[in-house]
Amino acid sequence: MATIQLEAEQRRTAPPPRRRGPTGNRAAGIFLAPFAVLFVVFFLVPIAYAVNESFYQVKRSGLGFGTPERVFAGLDNFTAVFADGSFMNGIGRLLLFGLVQVPIMLGLALVLALLLDSASARFKRVFRLTYFLPYAVPGVIAAIVWSFLYTPRISPLADLVPFDFLSDSVVLWSMANIVTWTWVGFNMLVIYAALQSIPTSLYEAAELDGAGGWKTAWYVKVPLVRPSLVLTGVFSIIGTLQLFNEPMVLSRITPAVGKDYTPLMRSLQVALDNNDYGQGTAIALMLAVFAAGLSYLFIRLSAWLTARGVNP
Amino acid sequence: MKPTLRSRTLTTAFMFVVAVYVLLPVWWLLVSATKSGGDLFDTPALWFGEINLGTNVGRLMEQDGGVYPRWLINTVIYSVGGAVGATVVSAMAGYALSKYPFRGRGAVFAVIMFAVLIPVPLLGLPLYLLLTQLGLLNTMWGVLLPSMVSPFGVYLARVYADAAVPTDLLEAGRLDGAGELRIFFTVAVRLMAPALVTLFLFQFVAIWNNFFLPMIVLNDEKLWPVTLGLVKWNSLRTGFYRDMVITGAFVSVIPVILAFIGLQRFWKADLAAGSVKV
Repeated sequence: MATIQLEAEQRRTAPPPRRRGPTGNRAAGIFLAPFAVLFVVFFLVPIAYAVNESFYQVKRSGLGFGTPERVFAGLDNFTAVFADGSFMNGIGRLLLFGLVQVPIMLGLALVLALLLDSASARFKRVFRLTYFLPYAVPGVIAAIVWSFLYTPRISPLADLVPFDFLSDSVVLWSMANIVTWTWVGFNMLVIYAALQSIPTSLYEAAELDGAGGWKTAWYVKVPLVRPSLVLTGVFSIIGTLQLFNEPMVLSRITPAVGKDYTPLMRSLQVALDNNDYGQGTAIALMLAVFAAGLSYLFIRLSAWLTARGVNP
Repeated sequence: MKPTLRSRTLTTAFMFVVAVYVLLPVWWLLVSATKSGGDLFDTPALWFGEINLGTNVGRLMEQDGGVYPRWLINTVIYSVGGAVGATVVSAMAGYALSKYPFRGRGAVFAVIMFAVLIPVPLLGLPLYLLLTQLGLLNTMWGVLLPSMVSPFGVYLARVYADAAVPTDLLEAGRLDGAGELRIFFTVAVRLMAPALVTLFLFQFVAIWNNFFLPMIVLNDEKLWPVTLGLVKWNSLRTGFYRDMVITGAFVSVIPVILAFIGLQRFWKADLAAGSVKV
């Protein structure tokens, strides 16, 4: 009785309920629910599943005739990843690929964006749209088309160069070309959009100080579009680590690309061909950690460089 | 300061060279799709021989029991259906993160931003095992549902909601007695609409590009998107299939390129680029 009385008291003295309170929270919950459910089921649960799986190994007792037994293996799968020659070769390839291809692609994207933004360019709309078109072509179809352009007798290019696009020593760069072709326009568009949002008064100030086109570009524009360079840089790092489509297509037409050419291909090979899910998911997890770690380092590094006044 | 004639000429020449590089494969594909198998070798690679596009397309549609048109339809279902789902789901979540200061909002947003950094194909294997248990392996839902999860889409939707939906307007709606859902669907969605089209386009391309997920989920050729089918035909590498791969690539890519040109005003990367604070 007393409590009821008390509640009634409170109700009378309490301020009118705010919509922001419980109603707001409930609405937020309803709006978030569909994404939350899908995100948990198709994103977080697979990660948890992978983490769990990566701690187990399937062992066959005796000469391999006994029933396979799933045993807890601690960190064995992870140490095995580093002892796996195929995986380490794949990582080496990706590092080489990333160190060369990403700067070339982003450099070209930046130059194109600056030129489109400059007073010297003509036919801006046509050029911008043209550079962006490859983004409409899926990676595997781009790889298929380029693989024809790498094939002697069919290709107008292969007969002009003194090397074979699909040979052991060249094929990594042939792949880099496909990736650059597909993504340079998209990256250009992101940087160009950032350039467009710079107020023109800043250019006028630079001009009054006697800065020419190139100086304005380097000292005024590039620092101001740094966030877009960081964004495209992070996406490129993640994209490099998950390199799969292009090498997968090429692996079916040239022996220079094996079924374990990149770490992601190796992960599939181990899991599906060798039926070793623990080892396969361990590889995938290591890659995810690498990707997140590298992206984070890249963001910190570029913030640090900016703080010290280094361009870009 | 007016650019000199020399700088204008050099700039335009450079941009022209890059344009040639970008268009070369597209031009080659267009020319080759019109050729018969023999002409592919016997005529200049970058110019037309005898025009056989009609014959090629006719054969393409009947090849392997007419499976190609099915692949096209499947591709539309996955790309359009998945992108619509992803846009709706992301728009709602981004709106909630932008407009409701609920407890734990910062943490939820941090988890979503961290998820952006995780390469999705790396989830492929566990996803495969999970879909098997859910009975979704080798079904269209097995491709569609995971395609609707886009942490980056949620992030973009939040940025759009911050920029396009004034909180005062929502308060006004509340004072008029409108419910939260109604405010979202009548006021917020309308204000966010142009940005949501951009979001849809990004998702469409992401799914159209995603080869890995359908490769892992789908066994049955009849459920494949066009990319999977072309890769299979391409790996057969016989002369006959080679023509089909070229024509098939051409037929599937051209509508998307045309749609890009038609929708170019919606490709606004500025919201994505300009407001990332690192």
